[in-house]
Amino acid sequence: MTTRREPTASDESIAFWDATRSQRFVLPWCTDCDIAIWYPRLVCPQCRGTAVEWRDASGAATVHAYSIHWKPGNGRVEDDGPYVVALVDLAEGARMMTNIVGCPVDAVTVGMPVHLEWEPLSDGRHLPVFRPA
Amino acid sequence: MSTRTLRGAAAIVGVTDASSPTGELDTRGRVLEAAMIKAALDDAGLTLADVDGICYSGVATGIAEYLDLHPRYVEGTFVGGSSFEVHVEHAAAAIATGLCEVVVGVYASTPRQDRRLGASVPSFGPMGPDVGAEWEAPYGPRMPMTSYALAASRHMAQFGTTSEQLAQIAVDTRRWAALNPRARHQDPIMVDDVLASPTTVSPLHQLDCCLVTDGAGAYVLTSAERARDLARPPVYVLGAGTGLDHWVISQMPDLTVTPGAISGPAAFAHAGITPDDVDVLMGYDSFTITALLHLEDLGFCAKGEGGAFVEDGKLGPGGALPMNTNGGGLSYTHPGQYGMFLLVEAARQLRGECGPRQVQGAEIAVAHGCGGVLSATGTIVLGTEATL
Repeated sequence: MTTRREPTASDESIAFWDATRSQRFVLPWCTDCDIAIWYPRLVCPQCRGTAVEWRDASGAATVHAYSIHWKPGNGRVEDDGPYVVALVDLAEGARMMTNIVGCPVDAVTVGMPVHLEWEPLSDGRHLPVFRPA
Repeated sequence: MSTRTLRGAAAIVGVTDASSPTGELDTRGRVLEAAMIKAALDDAGLTLADVDGICYSGVATGIAEYLDLHPRYVEGTFVGGSSFEVHVEHAAAAIATGLCEVVVGVYASTPRQDRRLGASVPSFGPMGPDVGAEWEAPYGPRMPMTSYALAASRHMAQFGTTSEQLAQIAVDTRRWAALNPRARHQDPIMVDDVLASPTTVSPLHQLDCCLVTDGAGAYVLTSAERARDLARPPVYVLGAGTGLDHWVISQMPDLTVTPGAISGPAAFAHAGITPDDVDVLMGYDSFTITALLHLEDLGFCAKGEGGAFVEDGKLGPGGALPMNTNGGGLSYTHPGQYGMFLLVEAARQLRGECGPRQVQGAEIAVAHGCGGVLSATGTIVLGTEATL
């Protein structure tokens, strides 16, 4: 398991984190706008309505931008070696920050197709990361 | 005071509040704030689409991002319980001068709910999800550097911008610093020096990144009438604009477009100028990519063409567009919130006090600040007496 700062949780994201305990990747959807919302919130940022429900997501994504971290950020340690912090565009339309794992850091490119992978957290939750598809 | 332009210039047109005999509300945080904003707008017969200004007694970018608002006026004065009255004063002045038209102010606090729920939801902040801690920090970013690295990555992939082009900005800024005896770094550098400096987060090199120094500054602003009787040549505010569109980098609508694309044109229109009229540009250079994005967003060149624009060294001494003449955040100083130094240097240039780095005949200067992680911008156009 990679050393990392574990995510907080809020009223608005409990459903997301609970689903990760059984490695289910769910996204909040505004049923009025029919769009995926990211980060999880109980108010749709497009129509500002509250018709938000959780739906299973595919885990397919594309690298939008990335940065190789040769030195570790907060919570990470030097022994983990260099790693990639990226923004990925999910097939469902939302964009999120993540790590690209499972390939050499210099193999990552903008536009690369990637797929969800789960990294266990200490409290039974899982963190979504992505590897080349 | 010679005029009373505030009198009757603005009006409160919608209100709401929430309270309960139990002392507890059934929602809190951002959800409650969003409900209050909606109810006040309903009361006024307006919608969120009408809102172009926001008042918040704290970090306003959080609630704006949550509701995907992109206000051109933001007021975040925090002076305790009287913040809201101070906000109304400032917002009325903003409306009176045409900076914005519909401002919403909001407040929500739920100490009783928070205390009751606190134990079961330990990480919940008083005002909503901690977006950075929850959705970014677990991935080990080196903030704020990572945010700018991601913007640079995207700009390079989308427009073919190169590390050499970004490096040229650091080189030209250093040429200005060589003319400022108080600059932290004054030795000349070349593009190869920038490229050879260590990379902690690609594609940025150490010399693409601003300094960490001590620093301090202050300014005094008064009426034009009083200014004319004072010791120094007045530096007039000709135009101003604000833009705000996200708080954390993963929420930035387009990694290659900052809110400077809103605040810059607004300030220029206010001042009645075009980019061609600018003699000195003080553009917040937290990183070379930051400065490059400003050049595009303020209209000095087209979107995507910043790399080619800076290549010939036009930003340096003797160049067509003198930028960051004090040596910038890259070589002069950067204590954290560098915007103060943009205003100070712009004023000094327009007062003709800059000695060897003076831009001859400078009449119009722009101080363009950029805060957060490309999150919010403020553009101020300044001019000499001759520009009035």
